[in-house]
Amino acid sequence: MITTQGLTLQVAGRTLVRELDLTIAEGECWSIIGRNGAGKSTLLRTLAGLRGADQGAVRLEGKLLPDWPLEELARKRAYLAQSRTDAFAYSAIDTVLSARHPYHANRYWEDSDDHQAALHALAAMEVEHLARRDVRTLSGGERQRVAIAALLAQDTPLLLLDEPANALDLAHQVSVTGLLARLCRRERKTVVMIGHDLNLAHSISTHALLLRGDGGWLAGPVAQVMQPALLGDYLGHPIEMIEHGGRRIFIPFEEHHERHDA
Amino acid sequence: MIVGSLLLAATACLLFSGVTGSVSVGLAELPDAVAQVLHGRQDTLAASLLALRGGRALTAFVTGGALALAGVMMQALLRNPLADPYVLGISAGASVGALFALLMMAAAVVVDGAALAGAVAVSMLLYGLARRDIRGGVAAEGGTSTLLLTGVILMSACMALVTLMLSIAPEGSLRNMVFWMIGDLAGTPLRVLPWLVLAGGLVYALRSARAMNVLALHADSARTLGIEVGRLRKGLFFVSGVLTASAVTNAGSIGFVGLIVPHACRFAFGPDHRVLIPSAVLLGGSFLVLCDTLARTVIAPTQLPVGAITALIGAPVFLYQLHQLRK
Repeated sequence: MITTQGLTLQVAGRTLVRELDLTIAEGECWSIIGRNGAGKSTLLRTLAGLRGADQGAVRLEGKLLPDWPLEELARKRAYLAQSRTDAFAYSAIDTVLSARHPYHANRYWEDSDDHQAALHALAAMEVEHLARRDVRTLSGGERQRVAIAALLAQDTPLLLLDEPANALDLAHQVSVTGLLARLCRRERKTVVMIGHDLNLAHSISTHALLLRGDGGWLAGPVAQVMQPALLGDYLGHPIEMIEHGGRRIFIPFEEHHERHDA
Repeated sequence: MIVGSLLLAATACLLFSGVTGSVSVGLAELPDAVAQVLHGRQDTLAASLLALRGGRALTAFVTGGALALAGVMMQALLRNPLADPYVLGISAGASVGALFALLMMAAAVVVDGAALAGAVAVSMLLYGLARRDIRGGVAAEGGTSTLLLTGVILMSACMALVTLMLSIAPEGSLRNMVFWMIGDLAGTPLRVLPWLVLAGGLVYALRSARAMNVLALHADSARTLGIEVGRLRKGLFFVSGVLTASAVTNAGSIGFVGLIVPHACRFAFGPDHRVLIPSAVLLGGSFLVLCDTLARTVIAPTQLPVGAITALIGAPVFLYQLHQLRK
């Protein structure tokens, strides 16, 4: 689906990712894991084509990213930004309908198909009752779900999400990430997302990419990459793992734990 | 629907403006007078009054329409509902040019030319300084703050020049200069060029209306929805700049229309640019026609500068709307 070759990313003279070779296949669900400022968002923006590569290349379906016409690219990949500012009083449904832009190139108004797709996406995110609300009056979590609904309405094979679980309550974190996992498994969509919750990432991802922030990276299937020792190394804090009912649970190691108990 | 009814309202405003004045034209005389004017004759007093006032009303309409459209575009470009066509200093540049010409006691044509030159100079300078910001460099995440700041600074510099010129101006030209600053439609001839500019701007805006929605909603991420963000920003900058320059050259820097009309339309019809653009043009035009009619009738035969009227009517209407929204 999307591949990188010798991809190097630099921000303000610092190399965040060095010579990344990544092959992400159809139906895979990737989590990008790393500390703050390790280059996760920069990498995701590069994969989305919002930012050029400092070195190396990104290919989507074998074609270099800058060679794609923007509208065609918009029917291939969707991107969820980490944060957004709403300057105008658009309604939630307007927001989602705008994601249909790449599908009605020369028409002035949207079609009933577009409305159908938008309502469907809002329903999938359990925010259809907010369709007519001014987006500026929504809570952070509601706004996030409307933004993800827009992503779904864009109906692309590749979804890039920068912290989709941001601002969501526990129940919606589980249901939204579960929906993403189902999209991969059943509809063969490809998901690349950033998240800080290791357990959530582990439960839905097929693959993971660890970034250390100094150029170092490690990519592979979840079972190989999400090991406590590796995670501890890349996140800069020791991680413990416990098995619970067949699930692996990651918890940060607490130094004063034992002394506190005693 | 909305656009149709606004079109009717605009026509009514133009006719109303034609019959109102120090000497009013009776309703009975109106059809005959309209027919005469349309046939290029002015046999009766009513007809010549109508032609005179109609010409002025049309100038007011094109100026108001251009300012409102430029306001909508500037607000979309800066993603800031508080922006207006003057926020980037283009009109301040025009003021410097026009006031300098007035100071030199130049002819009206020269004043207009100088205003245009000032507007163009400031736009070029602004584009040169904030080029990366306007293009929406792929690296820049947030935005347009460099553009906005550069514009505001350029405006302050221009306003300083304006103040300097006003303070050294002789008594004789001071009144003209102040009227120019506030914005005045008296003595502005009916020209074709502003209509062409408005028509061109409207066509561009309607064609970009959908993309403007996406830009207003998603900022730089609009690129992931297939929008050439850099090209759109550049287009909005230039088209709104030309519209502003045309309006200001025509009638001086009339305030408030470019800010309040887009707002009023947004409150009334929602933020969708596909409705907002045509309605703002029609409402902006009608609003300025009504204000100008008031300006020359309130204490007739003395004529007030229309810029003062727009602000006097605009401010309370704006505050009322804002208050209603808060409730």
